[in-house]
Amino acid sequence: MKAQGTVYKYGDNIDTDVIIPARYLNTQDAKELASHCMEDIDKSFVTKVKQGDIMVGGENFGCGSSREHAPLAIKSAGIDCVIAKSFARIFYRNSINIGLPILECPAASEAIADGDTVAIDFDTGVITDVTTGATFQAEPFPPFIQNIIQKGGLMASIREGK
Amino acid sequence: MGMTMTQKILAAHCGADSVKAGQLINAKLDIVLGNDITTPVAINEFEKAGFNSVFDKTRVNIVLDHFVPNKDIKSAQQSKKCREFANKYDILNFYDVGTMGIEHALLPEKGIVTAGDCIIGADSHTCTYGAVGAFSTGVGSTDMAAGMATGMAWFKVPAAIKVVLKGALKAPVSGKDVILHLIGTIGVSGALYKSLEFVGDGVKSLTMEDRLCICNMAIEAGAKNGIFPVDETCEAYLTGRSQRPWVKYEADPDAEYERTVEIDLDTLVPTVAYPHLPENTHPASEGKDIAIDQVVIGSCTNGRLEDMEAAWKILKGHHIAKGVRAIIIPATMAVYKECILRGYTTDFIDAGCIVSTPTCGPCLGGYMGILAEGERCVSTTNRNFVGRMGHVDSEVYLASPATAAASALTGHITDPREV
Repeated sequence: MKAQGTVYKYGDNIDTDVIIPARYLNTQDAKELASHCMEDIDKSFVTKVKQGDIMVGGENFGCGSSREHAPLAIKSAGIDCVIAKSFARIFYRNSINIGLPILECPAASEAIADGDTVAIDFDTGVITDVTTGATFQAEPFPPFIQNIIQKGGLMASIREGK
Repeated sequence: MGMTMTQKILAAHCGADSVKAGQLINAKLDIVLGNDITTPVAINEFEKAGFNSVFDKTRVNIVLDHFVPNKDIKSAQQSKKCREFANKYDILNFYDVGTMGIEHALLPEKGIVTAGDCIIGADSHTCTYGAVGAFSTGVGSTDMAAGMATGMAWFKVPAAIKVVLKGALKAPVSGKDVILHLIGTIGVSGALYKSLEFVGDGVKSLTMEDRLCICNMAIEAGAKNGIFPVDETCEAYLTGRSQRPWVKYEADPDAEYERTVEIDLDTLVPTVAYPHLPENTHPASEGKDIAIDQVVIGSCTNGRLEDMEAAWKILKGHHIAKGVRAIIIPATMAVYKECILRGYTTDFIDAGCIVSTPTCGPCLGGYMGILAEGERCVSTTNRNFVGRMGHVDSEVYLASPATAAASALTGHITDPREV
């Protein structure tokens, strides 16, 4: 599995309230959630983002609320992968459970600039900044989590295990 | 090597003699929880996967608390979806308007959560129940769906930070000041993926309300869970309240901790977290230049009876400053009723405050008490992120009920020892 797209880069501690403000949590509709994604810190994000783009964050990406609406909004906005130095743990679980690929890679998070074109090979964990030519190695998922992803998310994996 | 208190509870729930930090386990759940925001998404996943029964109708809890009484048609639809699901599967602990409270105040109050439990909740502040000696952590809606269906959840066994509490807490300094101080010390990602295990001689000076508040905000340091030992204070709280027998786990003497942080309770001062992160802590006494527009006293962090009492002691017989709006929200119907019986509600109203029925409402900018551009609020809630309580250019200052009440009286951030 591969991805390639334009990078939207944000800083440390990007919280779930800026990813999807709570005033929009009266819906579960992913498209509607996506239309408000990141609007409190980057109003232009939803107007510019294209299917297949990449989001890059710093430390503790997705901190705050347990709302699964946050990774759902990012995924439905068109983002194919989030790269960060570290993820808040509930956001990390939620992303795996709903099938939004996320990669922990401090070096890539540091070096990649907003607007760069980045290519990701999920099988090897290699991240390439196509704009600069730099490559980075992301932490691979443990086999236990790879199994959930391969089966198509948590619910599919427990159905199969029954 | 020994295990931490958290590791011992996890080992017992995955049928292992011992577990180690970093190990991936499947654990048996005692309690699964969701609210009116997260449960509808969980129901979608539950039904999409084709499940037609819950693992135990007495162990699944659904509490409508975020947007109730419903603020608009969409939130009413979400509550209706939860209600229909609860009826269909005969969920015993379904709490609707009239019986509900804010989930993390309600479940301990009713004795639904107890010592030794392994608990997941589709709400990040599920870590609150570490105060009663449970392993309890927040998850998302899909985890809730899987938990409802199977009674199991996967966990990575956390490493731990030992927080040693020394001395004794003295009112009006409270549990809120302890946790804000800790987050200010270790940062909002200081405990990422880890347990915060609170120990030391100072624990005995903390009330259950203090401990519930401290564990509630463990997530604001990135922690997987916070946990307190089951001591006399805790067992007195559980006695006559816990709906099930409890199990008391203790950390081994040779348990491994990644880091130890000491807090001297004797020297702690009323503390405020400035925008836009809970780690931006300052002594309340330094906030005199920060004029405020609103005060909120309530939430899963600080909406318990002791919190109401702390606010009442400061507000009774006085009037809030001109230009300040004060919203007081008892966290459960029992707290709401007790505030009326004790006369707090009358005194709050005479002081110029409004008193609402239980709701999360303003904490997350959901409804009621939304801030306009440029407005500032001192709030006893748990997050002060950008736009958390309203306009993207509004500001939330996190504080204890005593500090919030004192600030309401003066119109600026105020140390409660100075009023």
